[in-house]
Amino acid sequence: MYYIQDLFVNIARSWTSWISGFLPLWAVSGVNYLIMAVILVMMPVLATLTLTWMERKVIGRIQNRIGPNRVGPFGIFQAFADAVKMLVKEDVIPTDADRPVFNLAPILIAAGAALLWAVIPFGRGMAAADLNVGVLYIIAIGSMTMIAMLMAGWSSNNKYALIGAFRAVAQLLSYEVPMVLSIATVALVVGSMRMGAVVEAQVVPFVVVLPATFVVYLMAGIAETGRSPFDLLEAESEIVAGYFVEYSGLKFGWFYIAEYGNLFAISAIVTTLFLGGWRGPGVSAVPALGPFYFIAKIVAVVFLMMWIRGTWPRVRIDQMLGLAWKVLVPVSLANLLWVAFVMKLPLPTALQWVLFVVGGLAVLAVALGLLGRAGRRHVASKGMVQT
Amino acid sequence: MPSQYAFIGVFLLVALALPIIGLVLAWLIRPKKPNFAKNATYECGMETIGDSWVQFKAQYYLYALIFVVFDVEAVFIFPWAVAYGKLGLYALVEMVLFILILLGGLLYAWRKKALDW
Repeated sequence: MYYIQDLFVNIARSWTSWISGFLPLWAVSGVNYLIMAVILVMMPVLATLTLTWMERKVIGRIQNRIGPNRVGPFGIFQAFADAVKMLVKEDVIPTDADRPVFNLAPILIAAGAALLWAVIPFGRGMAAADLNVGVLYIIAIGSMTMIAMLMAGWSSNNKYALIGAFRAVAQLLSYEVPMVLSIATVALVVGSMRMGAVVEAQVVPFVVVLPATFVVYLMAGIAETGRSPFDLLEAESEIVAGYFVEYSGLKFGWFYIAEYGNLFAISAIVTTLFLGGWRGPGVSAVPALGPFYFIAKIVAVVFLMMWIRGTWPRVRIDQMLGLAWKVLVPVSLANLLWVAFVMKLPLPTALQWVLFVVGGLAVLAVALGLLGRAGRRHVASKGMVQT
Repeated sequence: MPSQYAFIGVFLLVALALPIIGLVLAWLIRPKKPNFAKNATYECGMETIGDSWVQFKAQYYLYALIFVVFDVEAVFIFPWAVAYGKLGLYALVEMVLFILILLGGLLYAWRKKALDW
């Protein structure tokens, strides 16, 4: 019974003690690292195979269609059919392209999507490497995607791709600032940058305690994954497909996998930072439940992002960059200062957390009020009729 | 602690290896029939005029400049946030001043219409 209660950790322990019977110590950790790495590196691929099907079904339902229903029951093998297609498609490299950079970009972007998973805790003590700079690691790896996008856009020697890459970099740079500031707010409350410690600290999920931070992070996360309504970097009505317009076959496939891998990873980070990660009812008695709660919460966040994608129209690029700099950065700075101020008040922790909620909601209300006023003023100045 | 970074190193190698393995596999089984028209730069039905490696709208450059300021800020905010519980009131005052100075920069850029198109 005890073995079942903490099943995954115990399997790992049994495995380690079995192989350490006939392997030296360095080989044991080497083999374990390799196994963990191979499991984690499959996460973006797994995410693509499942989430593309889910996305097509969800978006289909939102748009009053059925979605894929031909390949297998309910069309669940559609993604596998797509994978086979990508594998056997001819790979076209434009004559004018910068070949080494062109070939390196999909490799880098796929690696970046996988590397995010190293610090994410699936359960109590179940992170592959619970670094004490975990959140900084996530920000650093997230920037790798940006470099790969710029490499892809620049090396294609195509004007659509170049404009797409410039947009991608401008968007990712702009939204990285509010993202970093909201992660810093969480780190400030927790007093640690370890992802494991962030989950342990969430007696009450931070989505309740830090509402403004959550909203800012969610918007920045959607922008960082380049999803609608912030999918300006691949707006097909303006720039065809953006930075990967020249890619075909499996090279395109790696961009696709990285996109869904990033979506899954960002949802996992949202879950870890704001929704209590693997915490849930009965998880302290039976830690093996943790990963199931974790995956369920991730899927819920993914569903929310798909819902947003199916509901909102795409914004214009100047509106999008304006939103990042004129709304999200001031909101997250104000929220950060409020949290820092409350933490220095001589109050019990519970009362401080109540004040965080009050302050966060107030910041959001002021921001929305100012936005509404600016919107009405804009409408009046342009002589538009308000409907 | 070094063992965790050893794992990150192994993971980096595996994460780079998987796409390479996939691309090599695809290279083995996919057809290879290039021709001149197929390898031309993609464009809406006409031939591309000129190179794409040209100077481009500088608007994005301004965003990058402001970003550099705020990214450096992040470098200071993270250690401050982690050590905040152990620091006195001084830390709060210091950070308020620091953020106000940065906000001044942001407001300057805003007034100068660097955030507009």
